[in-house]
Amino acid sequence: MRKIKCVIIGGGSAGLSAALSLVKQGIEDILILERDQELGGILNQCIHNGFGLHTFNEELSGPSYAERYIQMLETTKVKVLLNTMVIKITQDRIIEYTNPNEGYVQIQADSIILAMGCRERTRGAISIPGYRPAGIWTAGTAQRYLNLEGYLCGKRVFILGSGDIGLIMARRMTLEGAIVCGVAELQPYSNGLPRNIKQCLEDFNIPLYLSHTITDIKGIDRVEQITINQVNSKFEPIENTEKVFDVDTVLLSVGLIPENALSEEIEIKIHSKTKGPLVNESYMTSVPGIFACGNVLHVHDLVDFVSHEASKTGLAVARYLTHDLDMDCGYPCSSGQGIGYVVPMQVQPKNIEINLEILFRVNKPSKDTTILVKDGQRIIKEVKKRHLNPSEMEKIILTKDEISNITEGIQVEVAQ
Amino acid sequence: MFDVIIIGSGIVGSLIARALSKYEINVVVLEKGNDVAIGATMANSAIIHSGHDPLDGTLKAKLNVEGNQMYESVCKELNCSFKRIGAYVLATSDEEVEQLLILYKRAKDRNIPCQLHDRKQIKQSEPNINDAVVQGLWLPTTGIIYPWEVAIRSMENAIENGVVLKLNEEVVGITHSDFYTVKTKQSEFHAKAIINTAGVYADEIYQLINPVIDFSITARKGEYFVLDHLNKPLVNHVIYPVPSSKGKGVLIVPTTHNNTLLGPTSFEIDDKSAINNTHAGLDYVRNQVGKLIDYIPFDKVIRTFAGNRPTGTTHDFIIEESKRFKDFYNVAAIESPGLASAPAIAKMVEELYLNNHPLKFKSDYNPYCRKQIVLSELSIEQRNEYVKKDARYGRIICRCEKITEGEIVDAIHRTCGATTIKGVKKRVRPGMGRCQGGFCEPLVLDILARELKKTKEEILLDDLGSNLLFERTKSHEKD
Repeated sequence: MRKIKCVIIGGGSAGLSAALSLVKQGIEDILILERDQELGGILNQCIHNGFGLHTFNEELSGPSYAERYIQMLETTKVKVLLNTMVIKITQDRIIEYTNPNEGYVQIQADSIILAMGCRERTRGAISIPGYRPAGIWTAGTAQRYLNLEGYLCGKRVFILGSGDIGLIMARRMTLEGAIVCGVAELQPYSNGLPRNIKQCLEDFNIPLYLSHTITDIKGIDRVEQITINQVNSKFEPIENTEKVFDVDTVLLSVGLIPENALSEEIEIKIHSKTKGPLVNESYMTSVPGIFACGNVLHVHDLVDFVSHEASKTGLAVARYLTHDLDMDCGYPCSSGQGIGYVVPMQVQPKNIEINLEILFRVNKPSKDTTILVKDGQRIIKEVKKRHLNPSEMEKIILTKDEISNITEGIQVEVAQ
Repeated sequence: MFDVIIIGSGIVGSLIARALSKYEINVVVLEKGNDVAIGATMANSAIIHSGHDPLDGTLKAKLNVEGNQMYESVCKELNCSFKRIGAYVLATSDEEVEQLLILYKRAKDRNIPCQLHDRKQIKQSEPNINDAVVQGLWLPTTGIIYPWEVAIRSMENAIENGVVLKLNEEVVGITHSDFYTVKTKQSEFHAKAIINTAGVYADEIYQLINPVIDFSITARKGEYFVLDHLNKPLVNHVIYPVPSSKGKGVLIVPTTHNNTLLGPTSFEIDDKSAINNTHAGLDYVRNQVGKLIDYIPFDKVIRTFAGNRPTGTTHDFIIEESKRFKDFYNVAAIESPGLASAPAIAKMVEELYLNNHPLKFKSDYNPYCRKQIVLSELSIEQRNEYVKKDARYGRIICRCEKITEGEIVDAIHRTCGATTIKGVKKRVRPGMGRCQGGFCEPLVLDILARELKKTKEEILLDDLGSNLLFERTKSHEKD
């Protein structure tokens, strides 16, 4: 069986950045397995701009952002297999993949980086009542039809969910001549980035219905009509608040779910909130030698953050491969009051070289609040925040000194 | 002129077509939809019941027991999935235990293998049952199938034995002189005999020729949730509550492809075509299903669906030659246990027809269907044999269910092959997984357009009018 130092599953933004980071550490025996016919992942269909402000200090389109990394990769010895699907992995890091050239192949990896990204939550998963005709897609599928295949899949459109892809598609469909009748959001606040609300909805006079959801879809062969209702605080539809729209298409932007089928099959521990693996400060999962980064770990707001996290993962994998990581599990890192989740979920202070970045999301919007980082009852750090929003990922940096004498574990919470 | 027109290509119509394809006669099947197996066959609990439930003396009781026994050989010949996983009827109170004993006696009287198990015994094979369960009836012969697969394969086999299938032919008129004339929206067919297997519309089809109402059919809607593959199965057998006057109740059913079904509801509805899910229906399933199992992982729901069962006025199957019209056979009101009874129903209709028309066997009749390869079930060496022959067996199209391009292409080019996104989904399952086609639908659409030599705009989700794409975008117009 062929042996490889590091196999990266997924050649999107996370996989590419992790590979380059490993190369910088002198590790070149790397294989990227990509199921699509080209590298870049979902960036390839994101033809709008806004990518790269943090990484390259300029605004790029998705494909150009990917292209920067692909060009850098071409100067290395990293091997890439396209049209290649991983069928399964094992706890001792045997990977079975397939592609039309080689057929089904097994290889042995010293380390694996999971970089499979995420998928969109579907109509079925949220159980919208009504008929099941043509014309109902996740926003990402419609984006693929439009941007990669060059086909318009709707002329009168309603969008459920104010996730960023939904907002981007509201603008994109409008520019292609479709009429977008509205966007309904279950929560009393938007789930997309503020700049997308402004640039994709307000600039095009597309109404946003907060605290609303679709309660019925009509149409036998193709969508003909939808009904939305206002919802109460328990998200139940309120009677007599119906609004009816004659549309031929419904797009859903109701959340992204890390794509962890492979991870779950080998019983990598999955976090109930992030739906991604539990990882430590080195982005290692509960199975030694298997790491995770990017949207397969938790859903990020910006690709720049994915690249950053993957780069740090590459660094940690290089240390793992040179036996420079302390494999003792350290202390738990958890979410307290008001916090949805934190990443990482476990911290070994000995493995922190300069500082520890803790990423987290709050449960609900607030203004002028304080975030507390505690070790048991002891406050390690206080950070004031002017705005906190569940749709925006937050970051706290702890220095090596601040975590050197932890006794119980790190907990992040919103101060009362 | 045909000998027989079969109206409807659900599992019953398809199995009858196959049964008659053994003989030297000309048979045509008229289907109003764009594919076979679209009505109740497409939306049911996918269970081959043991036959313990129907009342004594009914056709349902007789044909269910017979049908259950026939499935093994039918599925072998047609190369269909069939698993005899067994079932439990679970009682949670003294009153329900009384009912359970009635079912037990009924099963015994019909020679259906069965045993009464106490809570401890049940818990061994069903660890997730909750504290309310006191006793259970174990029915080892209960099976699960992939219902539309059986219908599609039957039709495939029937066509290969000479039957003609006409899709998109909605019957709108029937007249009788020396023979029957069946008018559809587009054309006209003539035959000496008619077999009416039109599901929820069987009464309306019969009324096209018969002015007196002999029977009528109401639709009873069943709504379901489908769960994704679970690391540890929720249940290992079909789980029934003790039945009530409303039917078998809300079940928990493992499927042949490692999903779990939760449902159905059982509400009479006015509009027979209303296969929509409703808030009330889904809530009802949510509330009922927790009565036997403690923790239902609703976060693993990947789809909801609904289908309508044809309930007849007599509350039994109606399988008979019309008393007014010679050689007009009604096969109607095939509600539960219709799926379990289907092979026995087909056999009964075959015998009815043969009584009136002694027939010769075809010398070249072949009861077998060509095997459909499911690559994910093969060893790595076997899979590579396929890739050597055709590289498309190495290209995964559906990442959730690991289905290759080779399998999809085969499903398109087989007899009674797929022509739509849903047709491909029914035959080889891309889109049945957790992404619900989000990733694979554009790829399947590409393959369909290429293989059928159509434009992408022409590719349908399902019936005529269900086109997915409208037009090329402005930026691509110049291409």
